[in-house]
Amino acid sequence: MGTEYVCSESEHSSMSMCIGASAAGARAATATASAGLAYMWEMLYIAASMRLPVVMTVANRALSGPINIHCDHSDAMGARDSGWIQIYAENVQEAYDNSIMSFRIAEDAGVKLPVMNCLDGFIVTHAIESMEPLDDEVVKKFVGDFKPLHPLLDVKNPHSFGPFDMPEYYYEHKYNQQMAMKKALEVVRQVSEEYAKISGRKYDLLECYRCEDADYVAISIGSTAGTMKQVVDDLRAEGHKVGSVKVRLFRPFPFQDIAKVLDGRKGVAVLDRALSFGAAGPLFADVRTAMFDNGSRSPAVNYIYGLGGRDVGVEDLKRVFLDLENGTAETVNYLGVKL
Amino acid sequence: MTAEDVIMKPGTARQYHTGSWRSRRPEVDKDKCINCLFCWMFCPDNSILVEGGEMKGIRYTHCKGCGICVRQCPKDAITMVEEGEQ
Repeated sequence: MGTEYVCSESEHSSMSMCIGASAAGARAATATASAGLAYMWEMLYIAASMRLPVVMTVANRALSGPINIHCDHSDAMGARDSGWIQIYAENVQEAYDNSIMSFRIAEDAGVKLPVMNCLDGFIVTHAIESMEPLDDEVVKKFVGDFKPLHPLLDVKNPHSFGPFDMPEYYYEHKYNQQMAMKKALEVVRQVSEEYAKISGRKYDLLECYRCEDADYVAISIGSTAGTMKQVVDDLRAEGHKVGSVKVRLFRPFPFQDIAKVLDGRKGVAVLDRALSFGAAGPLFADVRTAMFDNGSRSPAVNYIYGLGGRDVGVEDLKRVFLDLENGTAETVNYLGVKL
Repeated sequence: MTAEDVIMKPGTARQYHTGSWRSRRPEVDKDKCINCLFCWMFCPDNSILVEGGEMKGIRYTHCKGCGICVRQCPKDAITMVEEGEQ
């Protein structure tokens, strides 16, 4: 497999190169974070709407300003509506596993959408953790050869990518993207099941930790879901019936899976490492929608936490569950903010 | 068009008659025209008809009425006329 590494002068250009390469008939991938992702904005939508299976790793970091660089989900959450599939990893092992699965998901005949592989900046990207890589041959076999559907360089069969799209068709193209996202829900599940066979590591759209009989459940994304496991273990040892849900797939959003797992709880806390100013956390909005559609009347509250890399430890997260149990949480809470 | 919205042939813009967007149309006075073909070079919609090196008129199916030909003509041989007027 011949691979060419191309340097670009900016993120807008690097995404443009991925779009060009992918349309031409190559498998294209890149990586970015924070303001770099923001600088790609225009091209993110174009990659998705041209249905190009580009894969991109995003080390989630805060957006400026003030300039910060540390872990925060605001960058990827801002790209939530760009039409990219978004998968979030808890640790390095998951980031590695997700990146292998991403190509299969993006290139699936029923999907053909770009995939954003998210992992927590610094907390995961700059920490040392042990992980198990797979053999190159196993990965190559799993991912398979790239089979471009309509390569632009097939000059004997010329066709048009991304032409001017007037009101007569634009809406239908957006609808097609939505249908591809719907299909992606089942494809992510299928590819994850297949991946378990070569790796022994089983992933689903969500990961539930000690949820079965939990009265109170906290939902989070990324490395915090790892800390949550310790919090749940500690509180369980003290007799609290608590559990944790990790959202692995954020776009498409697994509404039904979320509704099912939250059904009948006494309280639900949604943790967001991003804030939609004037509203609340983006995960909270979707989780409450899922619960509402399911007719769930469990109290659900939002915790904004860890913005700009603010450290959130076991003791901070214990407070979330204790607030839930005591009924002392506001609808939107700002965990650890200094006032 | 495919499910991925790729158009499976080139040159389909030919079928889309952007001339319907026009509110004013260029008209040429061939008595003033010297066939320099500046209009042909600058027209963004390939709407200047040329045969045997001579400017023969304007193809109105795709002319959006932008007026670039009027601006470029060194002899003021092209003028814009309101659509609906003679």
